Amino acid sequence: MRYLPHTPEDISAMLQAIGVKSLEDLFPTVPYDCRRTGDLKLPEALTEWELNKHIDKLSNTMAVSPEFRVFLGAGSYDHYIPASVSYLLSRSEFVTSYTPYQPEISQGTLQAIFEYQTLTARLLGMDVANASQYDGASSIAEALLMAVRITRQKKVAVSRLIHPNYRQVIETYFAPTDCEIIELPYTEAGITDLSKINDLENLAAVAVQSPNFFGCIEDLQSSAKKAHDKKALSVVGFTEPLAYGMYKNPGSFDADIACGEGQSLGIPRTFGGPALGMFAAKQKYVRNIPGRLVGQTADVEGRRGFVLTLATREQHIRREKATSNICTNHSLCALAASIYMASVGGSGFKELARLNYDKCEYLKDQLRKAGYSLPFSQSTFNELVVQFPEGFETTYQDLLKKRIIAGLPLECYYPELANHYLLCVTETMAKEDIDTLVKEIVT
Amino acid sequence: MKEYPGTTGLILNEPLLWEKGKKGRTGYSLPRRDVESYPVDESFVSDGPDFPDLSEVDVIRHYIRLSQWNFSVDSGMYPLGSCTMKYNPKTNERQVSQPGFAGAHPLLPPHLSQGILRLMFELEKFLVDITGMDAASLQPAAGAHGELAGMLLFHAYHKSKGSPRSKIIVPDTAHGTNPASAALCGYQPVTIKSNDKGILAPEDVSQIMDEETAGIMVTNPNTLGLFEENIKEIAEIVHAKDGLVYCDGANMNAVMGIVHMGDIGIDVLHLNLHKTFSSPHGGGGPGSGPVCVRKHLEPFLPIPRVIEKEGQHLLSVDFPESIGKLHAFYGNVGVLIRAYSYILSMGADNLKKASQLAVLNAAYIKQKLKDTLHLAYGRPCMHECVFSDKNQQVHKVTTLDMVKRLMDYGFHPPTIYFPLVVPGAIMIEPTETESKEDIDLFIDSMKAIANEAKENTELLREAPKNSRRRRLDETAAARKPCLRG
Repeated sequence: MRYLPHTPEDISAMLQAIGVKSLEDLFPTVPYDCRRTGDLKLPEALTEWELNKHIDKLSNTMAVSPEFRVFLGAGSYDHYIPASVSYLLSRSEFVTSYTPYQPEISQGTLQAIFEYQTLTARLLGMDVANASQYDGASSIAEALLMAVRITRQKKVAVSRLIHPNYRQVIETYFAPTDCEIIELPYTEAGITDLSKINDLENLAAVAVQSPNFFGCIEDLQSSAKKAHDKKALSVVGFTEPLAYGMYKNPGSFDADIACGEGQSLGIPRTFGGPALGMFAAKQKYVRNIPGRLVGQTADVEGRRGFVLTLATREQHIRREKATSNICTNHSLCALAASIYMASVGGSGFKELARLNYDKCEYLKDQLRKAGYSLPFSQSTFNELVVQFPEGFETTYQDLLKKRIIAGLPLECYYPELANHYLLCVTETMAKEDIDTLVKEIVT
Repeated sequence: MKEYPGTTGLILNEPLLWEKGKKGRTGYSLPRRDVESYPVDESFVSDGPDFPDLSEVDVIRHYIRLSQWNFSVDSGMYPLGSCTMKYNPKTNERQVSQPGFAGAHPLLPPHLSQGILRLMFELEKFLVDITGMDAASLQPAAGAHGELAGMLLFHAYHKSKGSPRSKIIVPDTAHGTNPASAALCGYQPVTIKSNDKGILAPEDVSQIMDEETAGIMVTNPNTLGLFEENIKEIAEIVHAKDGLVYCDGANMNAVMGIVHMGDIGIDVLHLNLHKTFSSPHGGGGPGSGPVCVRKHLEPFLPIPRVIEKEGQHLLSVDFPESIGKLHAFYGNVGVLIRAYSYILSMGADNLKKASQLAVLNAAYIKQKLKDTLHLAYGRPCMHECVFSDKNQQVHKVTTLDMVKRLMDYGFHPPTIYFPLVVPGAIMIEPTETESKEDIDLFIDSMKAIANEAKENTELLREAPKNSRRRRLDETAAARKPCLRG
């Protein structure tokens, strides 16, 4: 086997040095009744060629562009990833190193993550960002737990327009605690109805997502004000950070924590993971932040360098009193996001965001012209909700056969929204793809 | 004169991203604008983020230079204990980058995503076989996330029996993630000491196990690199009070094809695919931490679960007792593909051989260095061995000094000062993918350093000297945190 370098001679020499006769004799401390009796039942080892063939067969069953036109967003977005980003991300020195516990020989990862923290903080308009969480869902769940720790209150108000999967993850994280999750409904305009907050007391956080699950831009000013009036933290989630290339970011509305999914920033969708949990907060809460932080310092010769810092918050020091149990995070995904943000650049990011917006507006325009109702009036980013006529399900299935995935049916997430679909277009969708979609829907 | 891998070379300086570039540059090929510009509600609009503008060449040089400041498995031996820094096969990277996988949207209809669903279904089966458990969930995104899943399963199990519990037993040798994960579920961790042999004694467990205690979290092999020989008896004690046994499988690399975790009384076990199953660690993730369970805990596994129905694979949420969702979608699928690729490349025999050779390499290092460094426990080790700086203390040289010097010789340091039960611990895990020659060179380096500790202590205290940066002031970093530019 090509990953196992030992020759029979090596093995004999090493066994002899240890003073045992065979490889089996290396396990004297494993009691006989703890040992496996039969062999593993795995398939026979494949050669590299056979494996390629097998994987290609599996991979070819998947509906992906360009064979399919996929108008799905809902927390996972198709953005063009420059070749330079993928190339840099394959560097062994980044890929095959561990968490940078030994800073002298990990300055590459450390500086890159310091830069990621900086670009993230700038994008979200926040003071500090951590080195990453697993995904948008765990980010927002940890944000709410952090708010509970800071305020010592046990109630969190969570918008119904936060990604339904994220809300399920929040419920899982909160299930063994004695905290209560209160759901905030949505308005006719397609944004969170905050009026319920007036009657709530002992609130730890008000959490909304912007753009929300319907693609609509939330009134972050009001959600922050409502939260702060109740001495609760304003938590702003997101699934599409590219929106902050043109829309005002959470920090400009006095958010205490901004957290969400960074997959859009140069990370392939790969059936939903690995993705990137982005997490940022106000400076005053820095010692309550979960996860790793990279900080700037100097070496013994006074030269600038970077280290993991404020580790006393973390599990390996604080154990059960840590701010989180997270250890391995999504460092390589953070690196991808950083390279992507650096490549697109400030000017490019703004232009790219606007292009996404305009493509979506074009689709809206075409749908309206074709006579379909767009039930929510609020401004959106690259997603929209459309109401199709009764019985559209058949058309949807027909379109699948024509290799068009006409968005996400919303009914299973929002039972009141039968025949409503969430459609997404990004810069990768050409005008003619959009035209084809509308034409096929109409016919 | 032996040639060690460590040397000096021309390394290039590189400023921070925003200290270079110029407004008006770009490193991105902006897609053609084929639609007109539409009006936008100006009250929401911003000026865009304050990012630097860089050319593609600026970006490439920046990150290539940064990458050269890192040590990695692909550049040399990385014997970081408990982290299983084995070689990461390149074929895995080829498989995960296939367009059908890389470009797959997670909400594709099942009939249009059969390939990945089948892969996940089969991987679950493989992991169940390797561990000897009954069912698995691939959803946890990392080891600690798997631990959280495990603790939620404990919680759900006792809740379903109408008697939620408040405490959990955690050995003093456990990873810090264990008590932290338990605490997330509201459990009060009760620490139990390992005995003079470095393992758990059944009588100690039986003294604290009661009906208020949900169970025990055991790392097996433990973080001293020792097999918990009394595990079966301990499991019986815990089960007698209707408690459950959690196994932190971070060290599974020692026992693949050798130990049957189901038969020794483990109820839940998590695996680290980025350790045992060769997916790269990425400078701190992404990993993947699937949980494997015995039959009685299967109803509580996270949803959705991949099922097979009439030859088709589906995602099912029809498990009313499930603990719910842990991940926005189905876990770190990219890491799952790599693990699947690894298992198929290895087959049953090579997986078992990998464990045997991992133990061989560790036992060999232990044998060769036991007269140089102080060995914490004399018992036969599994995949890692733990020394300390006790022998070097007379020279006022610490573990930190020795491992910093090891960098100059061209090796990544072992894990240090962990487990906490060994003061000044040096925890060495070579893994099976290191050859005898490289291991011999590592041993020679450690011996040379031990000599330097006697004869030239300054060399150690000032180490490393060959790295781009020398020792960094971590105290200053924490006292006045500068976390962004």
